[in-house]
Amino acid sequence: MRDVFLQELIPHMERHENIFFLSADFGSPVLDTIREKFPGRFINVGIAEQNLINVAAGLALEGFTVYAYAIAPFITMRCYEQIRVNLGILSQVRPLNVNLVGVGAGFSYVVSGPTHQCLEDLSIMRSLPNLELFSPADWVCTKKFVGFSVNKTCPKYIRLDAKPLAAIYDENTPMDIAAGFFELKKGKDVCVISTGYMTHKALAVWEVFREKNIDIGVIDLFMLKTLAADGLAGIIGRYAYVITIEEGFIGKGGLDSLVLHLINDKGLEVKVEHLGLADTYNFQVGERDFLHERNNAGQKQLINHIEAFLK
Amino acid sequence: MDKKKEAYLKQKITWVWKETLRIHKRSQETRLASSLSPIEIFVALFYGKILDFDPGDQYWEGRDRLIVSKGHGSIAMYPILADLGFFAKEELQNVGQSGSFMGGIPDPVIPGYETVNGSLGHGLGVSCGIAVALKRKKSRSSVFCMVGDGELYEGSNWEALMFAPFHRLDNLNLVLDCNKISMLDYTDRILSHYSLTEKFGAFRWEVFEVDGHDVTAVYDELRRMKQKREGTPKILIAHTLKGKGVPGLEGEPLSHIMTLEPGKIDRLLGDKNDQ
Repeated sequence: MRDVFLQELIPHMERHENIFFLSADFGSPVLDTIREKFPGRFINVGIAEQNLINVAAGLALEGFTVYAYAIAPFITMRCYEQIRVNLGILSQVRPLNVNLVGVGAGFSYVVSGPTHQCLEDLSIMRSLPNLELFSPADWVCTKKFVGFSVNKTCPKYIRLDAKPLAAIYDENTPMDIAAGFFELKKGKDVCVISTGYMTHKALAVWEVFREKNIDIGVIDLFMLKTLAADGLAGIIGRYAYVITIEEGFIGKGGLDSLVLHLINDKGLEVKVEHLGLADTYNFQVGERDFLHERNNAGQKQLINHIEAFLK
Repeated sequence: MDKKKEAYLKQKITWVWKETLRIHKRSQETRLASSLSPIEIFVALFYGKILDFDPGDQYWEGRDRLIVSKGHGSIAMYPILADLGFFAKEELQNVGQSGSFMGGIPDPVIPGYETVNGSLGHGLGVSCGIAVALKRKKSRSSVFCMVGDGELYEGSNWEALMFAPFHRLDNLNLVLDCNKISMLDYTDRILSHYSLTEKFGAFRWEVFEVDGHDVTAVYDELRRMKQKREGTPKILIAHTLKGKGVPGLEGEPLSHIMTLEPGKIDRLLGDKNDQ
């Protein structure tokens, strides 16, 4: 996902002389290519995320499009106030195209513990005005987002997984990135709305019910700020029960809040429930799905909730 | 500097000082003491034409970029910007009033201000980004960044102080309004900076130092600093007095948060009426 993003950016950097790439001393094999190909437009600011954001803002004020790259919890929380002041507030007056590329969504750094796991970002980044939030589930969606990010002038937070994830989308499937969601499975009565890694879990649960001849719907939601709200409401309105699942803390303004607010705002008559991570940090090393089960956001819990509704 | 220019700058200093007091009289929430220490610097930058700017086209590509990181302490810039035509002078009557675009802390909705100010420690890093961008564009424009010494406690400054010399940002000019007082006390009694000259030197900045209230010297040093492009970022440490020219405020450890009652301002302005 990360490497596809960087690889896809290369032709844009070749075409557009005004794209800068900044890293807070965080790399990848593809990034080595970017460093070699564009030495005048690549800067490693060192392990200094506050300066990463401020330098990015300065470049963007002068009309450059900037990609700033670091580990997800550090590019959001270490420098949150720099993002708020020099991207969120400033971009309301002066146009800025700064793309914060954070690697390590949710528990994706499974063995690195609570400092490297990123469970707060969906809610805290969603609370900033003027900033868009992209949370893809696979490399195909990620790849399609790159061109969109070059052309859409605003600050953005791009939440990428640290681990390679299987493709969900077909490269040839037309996708409207600006719409912000994709109905992966049409179902009856029950719909799961998920983002990022959890969309893989939702599809696994779809398979479980398919074997029982029950069709549930699955919506992958990847733009967590501006999206086609009416279109999404139209789909949600077809269901009797919606359950959201996210790899982030629950009840704090993330995907759950977005969907619940939309349902209330549009006056939809649908029962809605949410799954997300329990309000605690995790020190135990374990498989990612095990950590989800342990923190109340696993496949088992998702199946149990749906079965309870269907009873 | 010839005598005529010196007299002109001194006349502007007195006028800006008085206008700053008048703004504070109408809008008591404005930070007065920290706005009085950098007046000579702002006057030299704007009226001395150290800066290239165009009031009719605030984002003119050829302008020098001035980033005012010590936002609260730049109320003295309001009358200067109005006088030079960035916006109507009548607007000065409305500072801090409902509906005005000018509050106690200036933001980029005010023509002449480039960035969001008020939260400290942001300006220098943003200035570094602008300086890199100008180099990439092969622009001859300079970046000036105005910080306070209390502001230097913010760690983000030191990330930027490491960045600028390594990237040879010799188009970057940092101006330190070194008034020695932070919010609650003298910096030496809160957390001493010890020798800033040594610190900046150790970070490989070229250090200039000046009496910040000697406008001729300030002008000369700013000009010298701006012209110097030898692969090194530059800092001018301007030694100033917080609350300059106001008895009871000047040198007072708590001056940052002190307001001056309107009657006292009238008396002060009366004393200077003949100037």
